[in-house]
Amino acid sequence: MSAPGAGAGAVAWRISRVLLLLAFAGFFLLPLVALLDFSTKVPSTGDRTAQPWRDLLADEQMSSAITTSLLLAGLTVVGMVLLLVPTMVWVRLRVPRANRLVEFLCLLPLTIPALVIVVGIKNVYAWVDYLIGDSALTLTFVYVVLVLPYAYRSLDAALSGLDTTTLSEAARSLGAGWGTVIVRVIVPNIWSGVLSAAFISVALVLGEYTISSLLHYDTLPVAIVMLSKSDAPMSMAAALGSLIFAALLLLVLGALDRRRRPTGR
Amino acid sequence: MTASAPLAAPGPTPGAADSPPDSPLDPRPGSGRLRRLGPAVGLLPFLVYVTIFLIIPTVTVAVGAFQSEDGGFSTEKVAALFDETPMRALRESLILSATSAAIGAVLGALLAYLIVTAPATSVLRRVVTSVCGVLAQFGGVTLAFAWMATLGFGGLLTGLLADVFGVGDTGTGWLYDLPGLILVYTYFQIPLMVIVFLPALEGVRPQWREAAVNLGATTRQYWTKVAFPLLRPAFLGSALLLFANAFAAYATAAALVSQGSPITPLLIRAALTSEIVLGQANFAYALALEMVVVVAVVMGLYAWLLRRTSRWLQ
Amino acid sequence: MTIRPHDLDPDADRGAGGLAVELTGLRRHYGDVHALAGLDLHLDPGELVVLLGSSGCGKTTALRIVAGLERQDAGTVRVGGRDLSHVPANKRDMGMVFQAYSLFPHLTVLDNVAFGLKLRGQSRAQRRQRAGDVLDLVGLGEQKARYANQLSGGQQQRVALARALAIEPSVLLLDEPLSALDAKVRVQLREEIRRVQVEVGTTTLFVTHDQEEALAVADRVGVMNEGRLEQIATPAQLYAAPATPFVGEFVGLSNRLPATVEGGHAHVLGTRVPVLPGSASGSGLALVRPESVQLTLDEQGSARVATVAFLGPLSRVTATLPDGTDVVAQVRSADAVELTAGQRVRLQVSPAPVLVVGA
Ligand SMILES: Nc1ncnc2c1ncn2[C@@H]1O[C@H](COP(=O)(O)OP(=O)(O)OP(=O)(O)O)[C@@H](O)[C@H]1O
Ligand SMILES: [Mg+2]
Repeated sequence: MSAPGAGAGAVAWRISRVLLLLAFAGFFLLPLVALLDFSTKVPSTGDRTAQPWRDLLADEQMSSAITTSLLLAGLTVVGMVLLLVPTMVWVRLRVPRANRLVEFLCLLPLTIPALVIVVGIKNVYAWVDYLIGDSALTLTFVYVVLVLPYAYRSLDAALSGLDTTTLSEAARSLGAGWGTVIVRVIVPNIWSGVLSAAFISVALVLGEYTISSLLHYDTLPVAIVMLSKSDAPMSMAAALGSLIFAALLLLVLGALDRRRRPTGR
Repeated sequence: MTASAPLAAPGPTPGAADSPPDSPLDPRPGSGRLRRLGPAVGLLPFLVYVTIFLIIPTVTVAVGAFQSEDGGFSTEKVAALFDETPMRALRESLILSATSAAIGAVLGALLAYLIVTAPATSVLRRVVTSVCGVLAQFGGVTLAFAWMATLGFGGLLTGLLADVFGVGDTGTGWLYDLPGLILVYTYFQIPLMVIVFLPALEGVRPQWREAAVNLGATTRQYWTKVAFPLLRPAFLGSALLLFANAFAAYATAAALVSQGSPITPLLIRAALTSEIVLGQANFAYALALEMVVVVAVVMGLYAWLLRRTSRWLQ
Repeated sequence: MTIRPHDLDPDADRGAGGLAVELTGLRRHYGDVHALAGLDLHLDPGELVVLLGSSGCGKTTALRIVAGLERQDAGTVRVGGRDLSHVPANKRDMGMVFQAYSLFPHLTVLDNVAFGLKLRGQSRAQRRQRAGDVLDLVGLGEQKARYANQLSGGQQQRVALARALAIEPSVLLLDEPLSALDAKVRVQLREEIRRVQVEVGTTTLFVTHDQEEALAVADRVGVMNEGRLEQIATPAQLYAAPATPFVGEFVGLSNRLPATVEGGHAHVLGTRVPVLPGSASGSGLALVRPESVQLTLDEQGSARVATVAFLGPLSRVTATLPDGTDVVAQVRSADAVELTAGQRVRLQVSPAPVLVVGA
């Protein structure tokens, strides 16, 4: 890409590139450093302390909120995969004319924000509570809807790189049923798309506050906000901890993806 | 139907496109009614699910907005949207969304460009894209707290700013107002822009630049005549997504602003948590409808713009 | 050396034949890869020279240096006597056709072709006129209003050619313009490129790794190997009289048959044939083309037919000598029908000069 003949310009560009990157890095790191600073400081004296972090690990309410959020993340991924993968594959294989409809419905949550869903979902959740019981885990149902647009895009990208028709014809001529075609033939080939859909879903669910707070379920972000009213440094520690935790989790997922790639082709 | 006929049965089945013979491989369930619907039945679980958890809530909102307390039709709530408080909240919301989307789009595009010009395998690229993924989606509460720790009471920069600008160190009040919201929103808008705009930038082929240069274009002409027009639809589309994202965002504002309702989402919170707001019960329905309408109008505008400016995309 | 028709383009006042191009001592390395290791090349005005070579031998690098898209470490590029080494790419006035995907997707076919003219400050009417003319020249006059994604691969490359020609470049550069197309379109389009080039008379450098393509379109072919020119000659000369073993093997399929050389002649398969300059002496291997091998059915013959492959009007027959050497011969298919595997045949070499290399 390097254009020849512009020696001075090229150097100037390289320098401004580095400076710009540093500026971005500064902007993004600053609040995180501030979080760390705030969560390790005794407010009255300004001394350093690890007490908020120690308290955090010992806090019952916190660990139950973390468990809830993790379970929700896992359940949402499972629900999303179960709902979306067979549907999208099926649309491609058997009902291509429904493609536009499914795409429209999947992208609809971009236009209908979570906040709107919360406002209108009271009746539906009255039934959910009645049928399944009142548990924070029932949030899974709405969360699957929330992640639809992002999951749809990842899966769509993966599927469009694949000749699903030929693959399934080949498998079916070898005697595979539709279930086998989807589970054993298509899914392994769109694995990276499934993983990146899971990736986004996990990040979204772990940070989701709108619905859980307004439906009064104690997920991690809700617990952090409640904590901030009683113990500011500890809530800051929790905020930073949750961010780092999410980043690490996604890093692991990303590594999984990369490890699969050479063989997954 | 015919489009999927080749899949119906392996081997040649001339003239049987619409009624392939039953075979052990045939997936269709036995009931006659379902049989006529054919493979479309496979979509039923998805459609039912989306109807229950997306369509019904939306319809509930739309119907609720036009319902009086005794259940009859009434435009009272919708009319109340034009009162001063909701109008001011809407205006602030629009300013917040537009500003943070504009800043986020420009800076995000710049950052994306900085990343694209690094080799595809570079550590920089991998790190920035994954960090952006986390910041854009995880966002919300954590970011609000991070900025409170930076600029709030006792924050990292608060004292510094107080010294420089001579304002009192009781905390920077503007953080909890519109300027603060714009700053904090920008913090998650930039990463979102990077994620949605990066693929478009990656799609710009080096050949286009070389062809342009070869035909006599200067670097500037390349940008104005080739790169910008090429990227404009993707840029506008991404900026629009950012706008919708900011307009719909709730968590950051909710965690940052605990009293008062300067923007529409927070007004909805007020309407949900207290029975009567502005003399209206269930006013949240009308406000929620307003949100959907605004986002839908912007999306429609975008589609129209795209059709007018970029015939080549079709 | 080559006779070409007069320039048919009425409004071209550059004079037929274009400008001479002179590359001297071009060097370029990437890390420790020497993409170009001292390339010298001369193009006569209006000539079409093809650079032919295996993948990675530096063809693209050479072309991009000429275009100014890449910098040379050493050496000069002269066009019409003027040294362009320090002229930036956008001032070099060269038309380039890339391998694929170089059309601007946001512009119509007409606007793509008019792009360079617009940069040269031509009026809208002039641009449309000129672009329309060039599109007619490449046979796409009807597709002016389309976008690149509405064209076939072959059509896209024609537009790319028209776009490069529209600016009346001093030199036309083509980097494997046909490699993304299927075989039939490839043959069609290469003939068209040749026709247009002859018609416009622009000096042209054409890069390919397909030797058939090279021999078909070129005035002269330069064979490249490891960043250097091995030989440059007309297709006929190159084919009949390769200067080095590399050229002999690279251009066309060759048999390597045991030979002994004495007194300017070689003995190959019992036939006495003249040798080309640069041949080894003593015993070695003669490079003999399949069409120079004569094959006759003979009960007493020492070779046996191994395989027969029909390639349309001609067939390719492989026969095995007693020592196990396989010899490929080209035979008219009408004759080949009689051949079956295992038959005894006699092999002879036609008395054209051959290149003999050390064994
Ligand atoms: N930008 C680059 N960075 C590093 N090495 C390069 C670069 N461009 C070319 N090379 C190396 O230089 C050598 C010559 O490359 P070039 O592209 O000129 O080959 P080519 O003859 O055009 O091959 P092909 O027929 O495959 O296109 C190759 O070994 C290639 O790997
Ligand atoms: Mg090349």
